[in-house]
Amino acid sequence: MSTLTEPVVNESLALKLGLSREEWQVALRLLGGRTPTYPELGIFSAMWSEHCSYKSSRIHLKNLPTEGPRVIQGPGENAGVVDIGDGWAVAFKMESHNHPSFIEPYQGAATGVGGILRDVFTMGARPLANLNSLRFGELDAPRMKGLVKGVAAGISGYGNCMGIAMLGGDVGFDACYNGNILVNAFTLGVLKTDKIFKGFASGLGNKMMYIGSKTGRDGIHGASMASAEFGEGSEEKRPMVQVGDPFTEKLLLEACLEIFETDWVIGIQDMGAAGLTSSSFEMASRAGTGLELRLDQVPMREEGMTPFELMLSESQERMLLVARPGCEDKIIAVLHKWGLDAVVVGEVTDSGRFIGTWHGEKVIDLPIQPLSDAAPKYDRPRARPTYLDEVNALPMPDDLGPDDVERTLRNLLAQPTIASKHWIFEQYDGTVRGNTLLPQGSGDAGLIRIKGTDKAVAVKSDCNSRFAFLDPFWGAAHAVAEACRNLSCVGAEPIGLSDCLNYGNPEKAENMWAFEQGCLGIRQACLALNAPIVSGNVSLYNDTEGVGIFPTPMIAAVGLIEDVALPVDVNAPDATALSQVGNRYCGSAFRAPFDGIFLLGETREELGGSEYLKLRTGKVFGACPELRLDDEFRLQACVREGIRMGLIRSAHDTSEGGLLTTVLESAFGGGMGCQLMLSKHALRMDSLLFGESASRIVVSVTGEGESALKSLCETHRVPLVKLGTTGGARVTVAVDGQPILDSDAAELKAIHANALEAALG
Amino acid sequence: MRVAVPVFPGSNCDHDALHASGVVMGWDTHPVWHQETRLPEGTDLVFIPGGFSYGDYLRCGAIAALSPIMGDIKRHAENGGLVFGVCNGFQILCEANLLPGALLRNESLRFIHQQVHIRVERADLPFTSAMKAGQVMQVPIAHAEGNFTLDASELLDLEARGGVAFRYCDATGQVGEAQTPNGAANGIAGIVNLRGNVLGMMPHPERAVEPEMGGVDGLGIFRSLARRAQCPVSK
Repeated sequence: MSTLTEPVVNESLALKLGLSREEWQVALRLLGGRTPTYPELGIFSAMWSEHCSYKSSRIHLKNLPTEGPRVIQGPGENAGVVDIGDGWAVAFKMESHNHPSFIEPYQGAATGVGGILRDVFTMGARPLANLNSLRFGELDAPRMKGLVKGVAAGISGYGNCMGIAMLGGDVGFDACYNGNILVNAFTLGVLKTDKIFKGFASGLGNKMMYIGSKTGRDGIHGASMASAEFGEGSEEKRPMVQVGDPFTEKLLLEACLEIFETDWVIGIQDMGAAGLTSSSFEMASRAGTGLELRLDQVPMREEGMTPFELMLSESQERMLLVARPGCEDKIIAVLHKWGLDAVVVGEVTDSGRFIGTWHGEKVIDLPIQPLSDAAPKYDRPRARPTYLDEVNALPMPDDLGPDDVERTLRNLLAQPTIASKHWIFEQYDGTVRGNTLLPQGSGDAGLIRIKGTDKAVAVKSDCNSRFAFLDPFWGAAHAVAEACRNLSCVGAEPIGLSDCLNYGNPEKAENMWAFEQGCLGIRQACLALNAPIVSGNVSLYNDTEGVGIFPTPMIAAVGLIEDVALPVDVNAPDATALSQVGNRYCGSAFRAPFDGIFLLGETREELGGSEYLKLRTGKVFGACPELRLDDEFRLQACVREGIRMGLIRSAHDTSEGGLLTTVLESAFGGGMGCQLMLSKHALRMDSLLFGESASRIVVSVTGEGESALKSLCETHRVPLVKLGTTGGARVTVAVDGQPILDSDAAELKAIHANALEAALG
Repeated sequence: MRVAVPVFPGSNCDHDALHASGVVMGWDTHPVWHQETRLPEGTDLVFIPGGFSYGDYLRCGAIAALSPIMGDIKRHAENGGLVFGVCNGFQILCEANLLPGALLRNESLRFIHQQVHIRVERADLPFTSAMKAGQVMQVPIAHAEGNFTLDASELLDLEARGGVAFRYCDATGQVGEAQTPNGAANGIAGIVNLRGNVLGMMPHPERAVEPEMGGVDGLGIFRSLARRAQCPVSK
């Protein structure tokens, strides 16, 4: 049994597994000159991969603000935890699954959802909401339609089966993702503050238990795959993509939550990237202990598996836990009730070493802390890219004439980034468990109530990567501001963020500079908006054949409404009269005709990076719109207060497509038209209608509410402009008294609603 | 009213069912693990929840239909007790032969989550007596296999005996192919057995019982059942 046929370990094999020459030398020194065994080499390769070690990004991540009065657990655990009061907390995290999704979209996206769910429920939290931030290339790029469909189906297949409400996220399209799509998955769960579980392997002699699915040969080297550029032949990496089984994960979720009700568990961690390797090393490293694992006792899906494969497999739906002494059998009984494996595979030791045995023979003997400490940490060269000066200075085209507005608007509404994404999000169950107050498409953020409390939690992810392309610092700051703004638009106050930093090859100085700037930009916006980063993930090497994506620092924001619930009597004789509740939150759709439409915030001459400019010229250029963070802070406070007062009846922030698109989206949601009377002042027509100045929100209030809105905006020093009135079957727009648009609202809505499905073919 | 909510491995709307029945309606509601062989003593209503029992492997509902608890659910139905299956619960009832027909993959081949309208076709059932025939309810659907199918002669029989409880429609009550989101035969959203005590439907009325959920139209069904509880079934 112990005669393993394994390759000869030498430098060339180490290089093949992704270690650099220097890293190979460090490994040898760590072992006192002894040549590592094959499974040991596999462990070095996984633990020191970019994906697991953050070797290029660590020195910059320390810039992120991670502390705040509500933060219970910041970065470093399976997920961040933030206090929401009265003994309750939320755990959440966002993570990338870009590379696997590009190779095999269904399984790649599905296991992305599965992985992030485990990160959250391993903390002891019941997952309640998912988001997905997706970036695709142009729909006519090779394979792209299939990637969109496959990713949507994968998320749908996994998330729906798990019974977690999908509350949205965001979907964008740009040529920069033609060869490298982004799939960033986010989960939020709720837990009690005195019932938080951590990945801690402590207590000499305590049993290490393996629970969940059996280990197979899938996903071996997944972490290394995510740490290299794509080139020709990447399709051959398909066997490295894990295969998900949401049914098993659902059983694992329920089994874990059942044992978390007890005091039988000392520490637990999911087996994600680099599987058994990273989970065991991280658990022991946090506790400062050692581990001894009998690898031959790991449940295996097939015969003939080797220690190397067992340590590196990324088979899904598995957990490693440390049991309280004497509770092993009770844990096993619960897992068996749910039809899952649960096996004691080892013990916690005080040796500080990881010992792996195979039928009694020692095949792995590595020092745990030194291996983590010796993990490479690079201060890679950085250089400001030369393209910036060029794209920032390109001249703007001529202004739009009044006769061009309608045609431009119709084209814009049909652009995939602006068009309704209902074709995608209707494939997700958004209301399961009956907590959803604002499902996707009805508000700027998703909103769920926390049953048993008066609280509601809002979630939204954002990043306009064109802004980050034009200015890596301010583009990243915009992502934070926009995500938080969207929370404020439903009435929730930002309380914590998770980031997923998607960048290109860090070995290119321009990419590393953009990464550093991104971290600094996030820092500035987080500090200004009082929103710490509590969890996150870095995805580098988003390049195919040397072409990188735009910097895409995706930000998922979590917000809180302390007392959303209003007392309701469901047994009232006329229950339909009760459906107009919720005056402590609001959606983005206009609610009734004859309401006043107002713009909060200032419109500037800012066309840079806009969808409009891309549509007209085919290029992304200009200056990144300005972001005045103190204006942003006051704007958000203002809109939250207006919503809380019951004054603001709808709120929608302006983003891609600019002011006119934003107003129309609110009108479409309300199933009505609107009459707008705008003033240009010194602005160009196109800047007024389609420019993407930040820190702006379109709201509607009743006629009686107008004066209250004025004084609210004065109090918060927020610029306020009346745009027009809701209602009617048509959309009419006049600029400085001159009519420039008169269209049927339903027809425009149909363009917006049907464009994506039509383009997907 | 005593309600049993059977929970299978992979059920995920059990929470929705327990909440609607136990919290919103305030009924005496018990989750029942599928390996039990007996329903709680005095069960009036069995509410089979939605989800992905057994991961939808083999066919939706096929494996759950063989679970140990199903024997007692069948006995309960034979004795005239009420059985209500929503979404995967409906699929299980069809697989268990408590209701006719099968739920195939949606015509679009995609999962669909939407608010839809359904029309009450029968207001003389224990599940619908607090509503009016022709009344339109707004409720969500969330399924990939809701395309109700029956062979032509059985479909005629079902229609002839008034076995259709709910049909997809638009906000005005108009029915037709364009109003049917999943391709279901005759726009059928829910059916009832001959005796009128077993009802299955694809839409989720239990997700439309509180204003915060975006609507309360689902209460029509629960109020009907409450009315029924006041005049106990003669067994």
